Amino acid sequence: MVAALEEPVVKEKKVKTEVVCFHCGTACVADTIKIDDKAFCCDGCKLVYEILNQNGLCDYYTLQSHPGLTQIKPVRNDKYAYLDNEEIASALYSFTDGTHSVVTFYIPGVHCSSCMWLLEHLNKLNIGITESRLNFTAKEVTIHFSNSEITIRKVVELLVTIGYEPNISLNDIGDKKVKTFNKQRMYKLGISGFCFGNIMMMSFPEYFGTSLGIEKEYAELFRALNLVLALPVFFYSASEFFITAWKGLQQKLLNIDAPIALAIIITFTRSVYEILTHTGSGYLDSMSGIVFFMLVGRAVQEQSYKSISFHRDYKSYFPIAVSVLTSSGIGSKNIQDLQEKDIVLLNNEDIIPADAVIIKGTARIDYSFVTGESELIPVNEGKIIYAGGKHVGEQITIRITKPVAGSYLTSLWNHYAFSKNKVEENKNNSIIHLLSKYFTWILLSLTAITAVYWALNDPSKMMQSVTAMLIVACPCALLLSATFTNANLLRIFSNNGIFLRDASVIEQMAKVDDIVFDKTGTLTHGADGVSCAGHQLTNEERSWLYSAVRSSKHPHSQALAKFLGQLPLVEFTYWVEIPGKGIHALIGDSKIFVGSSSFTTGVERLTDKSGNVFVNINDNISVFNIEPVFRENVPLVMEGLRSHYRLSLLSGDNNRQKKILGKFFGNDELLLFNQKPIDKLHFIENLQSSGKKVMMIGDGLNDAGALQQSNVGITLADDVNSFTPACDAIMDAKKMGQFPALMKLARKSGLLISMSFGISLLYNVVGLSLAMRGLMKPVLAAILMPCSTLSIVFIAWGISSFIAYKMGLAIKSDSNS
Amino acid sequence: MSALYILVIASISIAGSFLMAFIWSIRTDQYDDRDGSAMRMLQDNTIPGNQSLNIKDDK
Repeated sequence: MVAALEEPVVKEKKVKTEVVCFHCGTACVADTIKIDDKAFCCDGCKLVYEILNQNGLCDYYTLQSHPGLTQIKPVRNDKYAYLDNEEIASALYSFTDGTHSVVTFYIPGVHCSSCMWLLEHLNKLNIGITESRLNFTAKEVTIHFSNSEITIRKVVELLVTIGYEPNISLNDIGDKKVKTFNKQRMYKLGISGFCFGNIMMMSFPEYFGTSLGIEKEYAELFRALNLVLALPVFFYSASEFFITAWKGLQQKLLNIDAPIALAIIITFTRSVYEILTHTGSGYLDSMSGIVFFMLVGRAVQEQSYKSISFHRDYKSYFPIAVSVLTSSGIGSKNIQDLQEKDIVLLNNEDIIPADAVIIKGTARIDYSFVTGESELIPVNEGKIIYAGGKHVGEQITIRITKPVAGSYLTSLWNHYAFSKNKVEENKNNSIIHLLSKYFTWILLSLTAITAVYWALNDPSKMMQSVTAMLIVACPCALLLSATFTNANLLRIFSNNGIFLRDASVIEQMAKVDDIVFDKTGTLTHGADGVSCAGHQLTNEERSWLYSAVRSSKHPHSQALAKFLGQLPLVEFTYWVEIPGKGIHALIGDSKIFVGSSSFTTGVERLTDKSGNVFVNINDNISVFNIEPVFRENVPLVMEGLRSHYRLSLLSGDNNRQKKILGKFFGNDELLLFNQKPIDKLHFIENLQSSGKKVMMIGDGLNDAGALQQSNVGITLADDVNSFTPACDAIMDAKKMGQFPALMKLARKSGLLISMSFGISLLYNVVGLSLAMRGLMKPVLAAILMPCSTLSIVFIAWGISSFIAYKMGLAIKSDSNS
Repeated sequence: MSALYILVIASISIAGSFLMAFIWSIRTDQYDDRDGSAMRMLQDNTIPGNQSLNIKDDK
């Protein structure tokens, strides 16, 4: 909300110098697209405005200024034709009875209250839609519609026309997503909290003894009530501790839950015994307290980021259907049903679904997501193209050579790195589990010694001291200090732009000694940076230039076209592209040359180096410099990391920037170029076999193997909700500058946990020594337990926040993110 | 002192009703979309009609 409110202020400053689009706030290149006094950056934005205006939905623009998304990239008309295929459509419905259907779409573009308002008033745009509801956190809109009035294809196309294109991928078909919110745990938490509170209240008379003048019959009543209240805590809320402990024991493992389960069982049985035999009041207050606080700890630690997914694979990247050419004409086919020899039609910007041979047309393939190579690769008829590439250009016809699951890209997922369960592995190596193992053994042997001692000296005291010992020494303090420290660290990390999959990642980050970077998209922005020197083009000239370079296959032309944005096309009287030289075009009396300096101006110039494009329009010469742009924080981040880690680079791209990269990395021996996805994976594997703990930072599918193989795989994303391959953490590219500090915090995490554990150990030692000597009074134990628990929680939270604050990290969430 | 019996019953049933409210809120997914609910609350319930556009562009 705050971000949204601040927006207009920023915009107003800009407005003085340039006209911005009324719909999306993008600067308008040409000021020709207008309705009344409202300027638009492109026809797409204008169209959205017109539709909303006609339907009286212009409140959309009053809630936020420029709430829309730029519509500069038009969506092809028949892109969603496959939704007419009943089989595919029915896989998307969450409910349908033939006349009324419900469907949920993920819409990445949702970002402000205007979006919500519009998406919840879809029924004003089409009467077939009966209801629409947006889950803002998950960016999912659920639409109820009547099948007789509107088809699912029309619903999707309506969303597209108003600028909210849903993201429909192969992942949406089949397994419906499991809700991450753990309801069972919340019920357990609520019930144990309720019981804990009431048991505490009714235990107060016991704490103060008979000095309050409570009569005996009331004391009995309170104890009985306590017992009743403790039952759901023991049998329901605490059940997960018993289950995990039992599972561990079956595998001959003593996990952290084992001593806790033991302590809970002993506390409960001793309390039941005391209450039933009228010998005491038991420790039901401590028992329910432990269970409650531990459940709180786990709930806080496992809170998940709803709109972020850490488990995406190629399925989320692929479309769900493609157009196929059959004997009966053009139809659509579910991508999973594609077979060898199927003929598929691919349009501009379509993703190649499976390895195939081109049978008609010339393709230009953007493999950047698969290989990291940023330049378009031209492929002619008869040649093989690989799944995962994006086709750019006119429609082509291809014949599938391998089914989707067997193609080059997807075979990466069959590598054994993907069969490992990193989550389980991390858990079993965790410091808490190691500590708890020793702790349990030490505790058990101490208990045995105490039991033997009292059995020899005073058998009547044996049971009491042994049980008291187990109760007091319950390692819940250890578990609490770890869970609350981790929970707070997770929170601090996310406030500073890194979203971790779970707490075990922090520990892994602390162990890392080698960091490997990807280049394209990670160190550089996805798009090339273009700057212009010399003659500044007029709007008319810009649209000439755009028209001239648009259909050229050269990467520089592509970059130029992208830089100029969508401009009105002009008809040339003459157009020719001379390979290795440039483009020459004529329009009316004007001559246009684009390309090398000798070609455009007839003179060889010193400034003619790779990355420079000369443009000569009617003897006015401008020079465009095209360079991949490094993210601004990169030098800072590298400098911050260099002293602690060995840094290396794996790029799928060519080595033309080796020099500048060498400066960032401090050396250039570890800069590797032209790396295939599988090379990256092997590189990480080799490092690991030499004993290194490797962190991989990448962004695309081409890094997926390396991300999976590494000890910690971090995906860098400009928008944390956009597509990211499976990884352990997602880093917001805008906050990359905080990364070195966060790594430092991760290194301190072990110390933080040990510190709060040390303090909790102090309580335990005091409690234990008293219990061992049989001096521990029930009242004292009852008070000590909750006090130590609470203080551990506060200390764990406090120390970690303090350390993070000292490092200059944001410990409070800024609502901008 | 027999008032205590009533008080104990009263206090437990009040706390119990809060527990039921909590369980109900979880069951009905009220914690699912906290940002959305916060925004929805601030929006006017006026039904968008065909009113003419009357917005000042901040140009």
